Amino acid sequence: MAVNRVAVEKIPHPIGDSVQRIDAREKVTGAAIYADDFQFGPGLLYARILRSPIPHGIIKRVDVSRARALPGVKAIVTGEDFPGYIGLYLQDRFIFCRDRVRYVGDPIAGVAAISEEIAEKAISLIDYELEPLPGVFEPDFGASPDAPLIHPDLGKYEVMNFIFPEPGTNISNHFRIRKGDVDTAWKDCAAVVEREFRIPHIQHVPIETHVAVAKADEKGKVTLWGSSQSPFAQRNLIAKALGISQSDVDVIAPYVGGGFGCKAGVSMEALAVAIATKVKGRPVKLRLTREEEFYTAFVRQGLVARFKMGCDKDGKLLVMENKFYWSGGAYTEYGVNITRASGYSSTGPYNVPNVKTDSFCVYTNHPVGGPMRGFGMPEMHSGLEQCIDELAEKVSVDPVEFRKMNCIKTGDTIVTGMTMHPTGLSECITKAAEAIDWGKKNPASAPNKRRGKGIAIMWKAPAMPPNAGSSAWVEMNEDGTLTVAVGGQELGQGTFTVMAQMAAAAMGVPYDWVRIATPVNTDYSPYEWQTVASRLTWSMGNAVVNAALDARHQVLEMVAKSWNENLEDLDIIEGQVISYKSEESISLKNIVVYGIAKPNDQGWIGGPIVGRGNFMPSYVTGLDPETGQGPRAVVHYTTGAQAVEVEVDMDTGKVEIIQGVAAFDVGKAINPEMVKAQMEGGFVQGVSTALFEEMKLKQGILTNPSFVDYRIATSSDAPKKIDAIIVEYPQDDGPWGARGIGEHALVPTIPAIANAIYDAIGLRPGNPPYLSEKIYLLMQEAGLVS
Amino acid sequence: MGIHRITFTVNGEYEQVDVPSNMTLLQALRDKLALTGTKNGCSAGECGACTVIMNGEPINSCMILAVECEGADILTIEGLAKDGKLDPIQETIINRGGVQCGFCTPGILMSSRALLDRNADPSDEEIREALVGNLCRCTGYLRIIDAVKDAAQRERENA
Repeated sequence: MAVNRVAVEKIPHPIGDSVQRIDAREKVTGAAIYADDFQFGPGLLYARILRSPIPHGIIKRVDVSRARALPGVKAIVTGEDFPGYIGLYLQDRFIFCRDRVRYVGDPIAGVAAISEEIAEKAISLIDYELEPLPGVFEPDFGASPDAPLIHPDLGKYEVMNFIFPEPGTNISNHFRIRKGDVDTAWKDCAAVVEREFRIPHIQHVPIETHVAVAKADEKGKVTLWGSSQSPFAQRNLIAKALGISQSDVDVIAPYVGGGFGCKAGVSMEALAVAIATKVKGRPVKLRLTREEEFYTAFVRQGLVARFKMGCDKDGKLLVMENKFYWSGGAYTEYGVNITRASGYSSTGPYNVPNVKTDSFCVYTNHPVGGPMRGFGMPEMHSGLEQCIDELAEKVSVDPVEFRKMNCIKTGDTIVTGMTMHPTGLSECITKAAEAIDWGKKNPASAPNKRRGKGIAIMWKAPAMPPNAGSSAWVEMNEDGTLTVAVGGQELGQGTFTVMAQMAAAAMGVPYDWVRIATPVNTDYSPYEWQTVASRLTWSMGNAVVNAALDARHQVLEMVAKSWNENLEDLDIIEGQVISYKSEESISLKNIVVYGIAKPNDQGWIGGPIVGRGNFMPSYVTGLDPETGQGPRAVVHYTTGAQAVEVEVDMDTGKVEIIQGVAAFDVGKAINPEMVKAQMEGGFVQGVSTALFEEMKLKQGILTNPSFVDYRIATSSDAPKKIDAIIVEYPQDDGPWGARGIGEHALVPTIPAIANAIYDAIGLRPGNPPYLSEKIYLLMQEAGLVS
Repeated sequence: MGIHRITFTVNGEYEQVDVPSNMTLLQALRDKLALTGTKNGCSAGECGACTVIMNGEPINSCMILAVECEGADILTIEGLAKDGKLDPIQETIINRGGVQCGFCTPGILMSSRALLDRNADPSDEEIREALVGNLCRCTGYLRIIDAVKDAAQRERENA
């Protein structure tokens, strides 16, 4: 297949144009279809799940006979029915528990019935007995030899070759960095900071809870309709768990009502499919209640992070020694790679010559940890960027200057030994500092309030298998328009719009000539690994561009033949094929399906045009398991900076965000307004995690599973103003230089706010969330308020 | 459980449905009338995704029983555009880029419409207050607030 690299120097429309979202009109009129909106008619069955009420225990007995006798119950399944393991990087999970339960919410049995009420009633009739086991609730304890074992079979699990479990412990992955000479470097340090941070679990909170409808037929085909970031990964993992072919599973995935990572990989979808295999021919719907969504969907992993870092008297960073204990929850099939990602990025966006990192993924009897926007980076940066501020202060260097001096620059050797590609991080820092008017203290709005400013910077690479692939096709229609098929998902980030822009630009047609084939359907849509890691603009974008260029090439060959001209003299502009030589032109309309007639009725040239394209990075190498060193750990890093101004109310401890600034190097903004929208939305989500969010777990039981008790930012919490600044240092293998921005926008928000709180009140707030009472107590303890 | 026949007006159309006593207005709209534009985010009146306008007031349709709607006049997201022409708030939220995943959008638009119907010139604070019960996890709200201001201005100019 011809892969034509699109030139960065030549930016055609509508690349860089803030065109209207392709899905806007259907989303504002209620016409957009989400998973719960599909209509299945009277044959639909409703599923409910019996979940473990205890965090850890042995299953002694499950008796479903009374439930089975309830009229209206159509199927009941337990772990006995499904012996296969499931999991993305580490297969450590059964669909339904078989031998033991490992968190409050672990599925023990599932029921399908003719109504939700009957299914619920049947659940209450299941008789079961659990023998409680001691639990593990803190990851640092869990990693110790004293901790009870949660997965005694860890050594038998199938695992990808870049994940390193330690059988006989609760450690499901141990990632190491050994670079330079850490032990002697401390001697050269003029200042050292050593701190521990404990970052709580939080929840993704998409407004749409998880929904899955599954149907199995007599031929053995399984169809799954779901709210999904990962139709193809679900097809693959469900097929493996059930022991059937991938092509016997069809996943149909419409618009996603918010994902943020929790709808990646496989979670509750497997439950719906498993139940459906016992009632062939009938669709079975499982819809998580908001309460279930809080404690049974993937949660963000908790983190205990110990940082030790030092610099010389001028502020030059010399050494870092970091230990991360990730609270992976009951299953770490996905979370093991968060541990790895935080390990290979463990210096943050800094040039540090001597580094020792140990990043442990630890099983705990908590809800299942999984991917969440930022994939470990917000948690890690929360502590790291507070330490950097403290270190800068110790050597009397301004926090902005300290970051400019030490931040990763183009050509630097980063923590894994990889050479840094062109990056605009320094420019992001400069622009963020300018926009917040760094160094100038504004007066507070009232005598009982204090103002402060803070800055934090970040980096993040897509974390994925080295060969995560994308594919696309472009089909031309009779009227000259393009239908672009992709397997990546529209979660709100705007990927369908960006793909349409890229296809239009590569083909040479107006933006409104492009449609996206929806919903994604694994039977018809081209393969895409997952909609995660902020990878689609770059990876799927490359596939779409290649598919459009392939279609374009076919059109031009047909016209060249018809006109008896050379390909190089032809072009497609605004949907017209033109010749620079003969100055002929012809519209794409009609010719791209029916071909072009030869003169004098002597036959035809061409035929229906379908372009195909794919993309897969080929250059990512493995890392040495002992040192974490290797030529190229990742595809690229997106970098950026955020600055905030806060006001702290001395009477209540309330922290108000006065202004936020976000500056990120996105390589090339394909749609600048949508890039800014990501930066703004990410910033407010970051504010929410900084000020309010925490899953309050007591002995593994979630005590705040509702919007009343788990507060997220509302319209009244958004700052008055957010400046979103785009910086563009092109990515060498990104379409027109683009790289991702979705996740990055909330990575530095917690520490930027923490550093601003310090600037306001002179006290470092440490662990989020920075609730009013927490800040007030902090001030009281320090004697700042009485 | 008793089944009740209720008649009411939805988006200007006369409708008659048979509902059980415990069915909410949200369920009746979605399951009986296939008006799936109104979304279910929590079933507890906490997220605002199911907001519709009932007799001129924005309400959480998950908190109202269908039987309470006998004779009511209900406006849902499907009735906001008239004859293919978008309501000003629908246009301005598109123009401002206030839509991402779109799941909260119907509820946001109905709360905004109800605000504009009672206040032609809402302040920034009044808009934030009117939307405080509509949770959005994607946008960060600022573009939505700007869209409401734009729509108000447009409607005042055309009044």
